[in-house]
Amino acid sequence: MTAQPSRCRVCKAPAVIDLPRHNANFCAEHLVQLCSRQMAKAIEDWEMFTPDDRLLVAVSGGKDSLAVWDMLIEAGYRADGLYLGLGIGEYSDDSGGYVRRFAASRGLKLITIDLRDDYGYDVPTAAVATRRVPCSACGLSKRHLFDRAAIEGGYDAVVTGHNLDDEAAVLFGNTLRWEIDYLGRQLPVLPAANGFPRKCKPLVRLTEREMAAYCLIRGIDYVVEECPIAAGNRHLGYKEALNEIERRSPGAKAAFYLNFLNKMSPLLAEHTASARGDVGSCAGCGAPTTGDVCAFCRLVEKSSTHEAVPVEIVLDTRIRR
Amino acid sequence: MKVLLRNPKREVELAGGRSVNRLLDDLELSREAHLIIRNGTLVPGDARLEDEDVIEVRPVVSGGST
Ligand code: SF4
Ligand SMILES: [Zn+2]
Ligand SMILES: [Zn+2]
Repeated sequence: MTAQPSRCRVCKAPAVIDLPRHNANFCAEHLVQLCSRQMAKAIEDWEMFTPDDRLLVAVSGGKDSLAVWDMLIEAGYRADGLYLGLGIGEYSDDSGGYVRRFAASRGLKLITIDLRDDYGYDVPTAAVATRRVPCSACGLSKRHLFDRAAIEGGYDAVVTGHNLDDEAAVLFGNTLRWEIDYLGRQLPVLPAANGFPRKCKPLVRLTEREMAAYCLIRGIDYVVEECPIAAGNRHLGYKEALNEIERRSPGAKAAFYLNFLNKMSPLLAEHTASARGDVGSCAGCGAPTTGDVCAFCRLVEKSSTHEAVPVEIVLDTRIRR
Repeated sequence: MKVLLRNPKREVELAGGRSVNRLLDDLELSREAHLIIRNGTLVPGDARLEDEDVIEVRPVVSGGST
């Protein structure tokens, strides 16, 4: 054990965090700088957006989405927030509070949609009514409503807080099953097409440990408790496996994902193109869809007429794998 | 030292005199998945924790699959 405390690689001040993948330690100021630079590099490398674009950030109240919103504003981008009340018990009540306080304290514009108030259902009810796993009902609702809010609000792009760990875990899962179509679409930016807005993930070069540290340093209060539905899901298992690999070879996680983007994605380009083929418009809401009525409108129809289901029911009945 | 843990949220009393990394190893927690906050301040893996410290072990992994 060293008696000498570790020092920042840049300025030699006492460090607040060690980052084995960079083989270095950083003070608070230079960790924030590292995060901003990594975000800037991602935005530039994948030509995500420019300072003239109007961005809509999907904020959940968790560390990643609040951090990306904060970093974008700090970097001079024009970014509003969109919060979706999912109706997942206490978790949703808490997370909404964090988002509102963050936006209010910085004077940022926040759009709020509540599934129960605005569409007559919530995630647990939709899961039961449509016999989907909750995360699938949730994801469908999020994608549809973020897309719609972006198009209707005239935003140039939807921004999400997906980080390196999220993307590496999804990549790991898709690779284990060789899901070629999913692999072909797993890009940090998806261009606008067929009535869908552009979608960007500026945090893909940053780990969740780095994002949590960023929030602590910047004094961003976020919901630390997880969505109760996530507990034990497959995605978390992949993250755990990757972190075990990372422990043995620091940098492995970033190499797995970033080298996929550089070396493998170009080879899958034809799948990316074909995955966004023929699209018409939904008879209910006008959203792009391959059928007559889009999956979201079908979900709303079934869920809004269903008796409300408390989140505990979804947690008890182990239907969420 | 007082140690705040999550999932579930609880507080335990542990002996100080070990490093952050040592504490995480002793608790069998991944270094890549946690941060340690000592008396309100983020500290790196080789920081030493003492009996009088108040420690928060903060998990950083989020679970959504979309
Ligand atoms: S864990 Fe699943 S249900 Fe919970 S917020 Fe994430 S996607 Fe939605
Ligand atoms: Zn420094
Ligand atoms: Zn529709």
